[in-house]
Amino acid sequence: MIPELGHFALALAVALAGAQGVLGLLGASRGDARWMASGSALAVGQFIAVLLAFAALVWSAVIDDFSVQNVAEHSHSLKPMLYKISGAWGNHEGSILLWCLMLAGCGAAVAGFGRGLPSVLRARVIGVLGINSIGFLLFTLLTSNPLLRLWPPPVDGRDMNPLLQDPGLAFHPPLLYAGYVGFAVPFAFAVAALIEGRVDAAWGRWVRPWALGSWSLLTGGIALGSWWAYYELGWGGYWFWDPVENASLLPWLTGTALLHSAIVVEKREALKTWTVLLAITTFSLSLTGTFLVRSGILNSVHSFASDPTRGVFILGLLVVVIGFSLALFAWRAPSLGATGLFAPVSREGALVLNNIFICSIAAVVFTGTLYPLFAEMAFGAKLSVGAPFFNATVLPLAAPVLLAMVVGQVLPWKRAMLGPALLRLWWAALLAAGVGVALALGLRVVLPALGFAGAVWLIFGSCAEIVERVRLFRVPFAVSRARMAGLGLSVWAAAVAHAGMGVTAAGISGMALASEKIAAVAPGENISLAGYDWKLEGLRTGGGSNFNQRIADISVWRNGALVTRLAPARRNFTTQRMETTETSIHTTGFADLYSVLGEERDGKAILRLHYNPLAPWIWIGALIMSLGGFLSLADRRLRVGAPARRAANAVAAE
Amino acid sequence: MSVLGRRLMFLGPLGLLGIGGVGAFTLLKRMAEGDFDPRGVPSVLIDKPVPAFTLSAQPGQEGFGAGDLGAPGRPVLVNFFASWCLPCVAEAAQLLALQQRGVALWGIAYKDRDADTARFLKQHGNPFARIGQDMDGKAALEFGVYGVPETYLVDKTGVVRWRWVGALTDALVARALDPLLKQYS
Repeated sequence: MIPELGHFALALAVALAGAQGVLGLLGASRGDARWMASGSALAVGQFIAVLLAFAALVWSAVIDDFSVQNVAEHSHSLKPMLYKISGAWGNHEGSILLWCLMLAGCGAAVAGFGRGLPSVLRARVIGVLGINSIGFLLFTLLTSNPLLRLWPPPVDGRDMNPLLQDPGLAFHPPLLYAGYVGFAVPFAFAVAALIEGRVDAAWGRWVRPWALGSWSLLTGGIALGSWWAYYELGWGGYWFWDPVENASLLPWLTGTALLHSAIVVEKREALKTWTVLLAITTFSLSLTGTFLVRSGILNSVHSFASDPTRGVFILGLLVVVIGFSLALFAWRAPSLGATGLFAPVSREGALVLNNIFICSIAAVVFTGTLYPLFAEMAFGAKLSVGAPFFNATVLPLAAPVLLAMVVGQVLPWKRAMLGPALLRLWWAALLAAGVGVALALGLRVVLPALGFAGAVWLIFGSCAEIVERVRLFRVPFAVSRARMAGLGLSVWAAAVAHAGMGVTAAGISGMALASEKIAAVAPGENISLAGYDWKLEGLRTGGGSNFNQRIADISVWRNGALVTRLAPARRNFTTQRMETTETSIHTTGFADLYSVLGEERDGKAILRLHYNPLAPWIWIGALIMSLGGFLSLADRRLRVGAPARRAANAVAAE
Repeated sequence: MSVLGRRLMFLGPLGLLGIGGVGAFTLLKRMAEGDFDPRGVPSVLIDKPVPAFTLSAQPGQEGFGAGDLGAPGRPVLVNFFASWCLPCVAEAAQLLALQQRGVALWGIAYKDRDADTARFLKQHGNPFARIGQDMDGKAALEFGVYGVPETYLVDKTGVVRWRWVGALTDALVARALDPLLKQYS
């Protein structure tokens, strides 16, 4: 009964989304206030309907209702509760429903938080989101319905892929999707602006918080995914340039560019067409990523079941949504003239430079990801573009971004002099150069040393703006502190986010210095790696609710003192007959001691040990970046509707 | 830039989407027809002699090594399988059908215990003329096996002609394997 209710709610959601789209868009063009207002109510209604459908799916998974096909295929009665719940979105059908839920949530959020928006703009944004929802809800209902029944029901389920039975992966999809789908709002704003034929500073101010929120969530989602790959796949790496990973990186890159160009629209009313195009591109890349992953058209290590018919549906959806918005762009954008002028050397100039480089990186990653398809089409050759291509092309493009993002922060708007601005950064530059030279000479490595120099430059350079503004060490400390309190949150946010990038850069450079050793070890034997002695104490057998495991007990010693005990394991999942490796990692904050248990033979176990300097910094940095995004979001001046509310307060105070 | 040129420039993104859309649609269509498989990574072994390997025989069966391939004077399908692999169960019927048509099938039990392999063969039928055991996965390493099941076509001179990752299907046998078997027999 519950799944049928969910099924019905899903069908209802399609109808509500249709009404939301039509009434919102038509109401706005006819200027009918009642139609426009009903769009908001319908958006909330659609969200509730999809939420019900999603709850029905989760409920079926929780009570082990194996008559629901999706639950039978991906769940098992012995699976821990957390994974029964997360399993609801750990498969194709469920995750598409989650996607729909997020999209409906975006509409409801604009209806709820967007009260300060002009009602015509709001109705159009909600209408565009409604039209998008129709497409995805129909996709769910027609090709990937998770609430279909199975008759006769099996005695027990087939269980979920054991690799996905992990807390990191339970929360990774919701975060990632929130980011992906969140960019639907800037997209809807862009389309609404094109319909209206007007983009102004206020538009930039309204778009930015939505872009910021999505960006922060996407940053967190990508970091969580990369962390999962690091500790669960047990390959010792954190990023594999897999198509699925690239699909999430692409909207992140253009989203980053969008955030920055929206600032220019808001402050200077320039880069309007570019910002509109970026908003469309970012959501288009989210859609393209979904298409690439779900159609199985690209060979990837973590792919969903590939199904060309589904692929055709998503492709159709994608072409309609993107095609319509780009056609609108081609028709309307030429009339969006720029008003704000600026010199090449200025804050705007630096942001343009940042945009160019970031979009170049996105273009390179896009090309590399799609090249196998292109090669197949053009020369009928099967090949894959691996990490070497991406490393060789992305790093040289990333370096100027790191250099320029610090300089951009200290440049004034409109027109600036490079000399005085660079003078403010002399100490950060000196520190960076010192670290770089010391490492290059000490460790005899060039690229990681450059990476560390860049990291130091970013972290300290990002503080330079704040140090300058509060005139630290030049005025009494109390004055500095007072000035610090007076700084807008967005200044702090920019510094924090940029410094976070620096921390990540340091982590990535550190990982370039990682060392590893693979050896067959008998219990009681010692291996030395990176100044640590790793001793295999023994091997034992253990179990969990749906797996058996072999565990190696390792103690790690440094100069005769015990550092930590590690217990990597190999798990054998009984239902899925699949083996996974459970890494055991000890982190000191500055390095990870990482161990993997391999096969056992003749009383010896194969151990793979890694020493990964600064590895945790990669994800800590991403977390800091994400935090920077939320800090900026908390800035009152940015909040949607804040200007209107403030104006109202001012009137009341008079 | 002329007004028309400016207009055309703004049409650029739409044009790109059109080209991409048509390309992706063609590939999807070819995928549905079985003409394009993103996982069909070519093996470096194609048109090269089989790599050197020796295998112990599955108890009660005849084993084989690299030297035996090419000796029988007709093409042999070498199939990597395991009792713990579910797609292999799905593939079993297909292999039996091939055997009944007179195709020579030699199996390599990949990382599997004697008893488990024997149970698997009893339960799902034994299509193999010879079965070798690859307990430590060394032969699989030599072949560059992605995972089980995986099938190689070795011609009568001992040269690898074709490789397929994953289970064999009717469509695949009709489309890809039969012409090759005819060509190299």
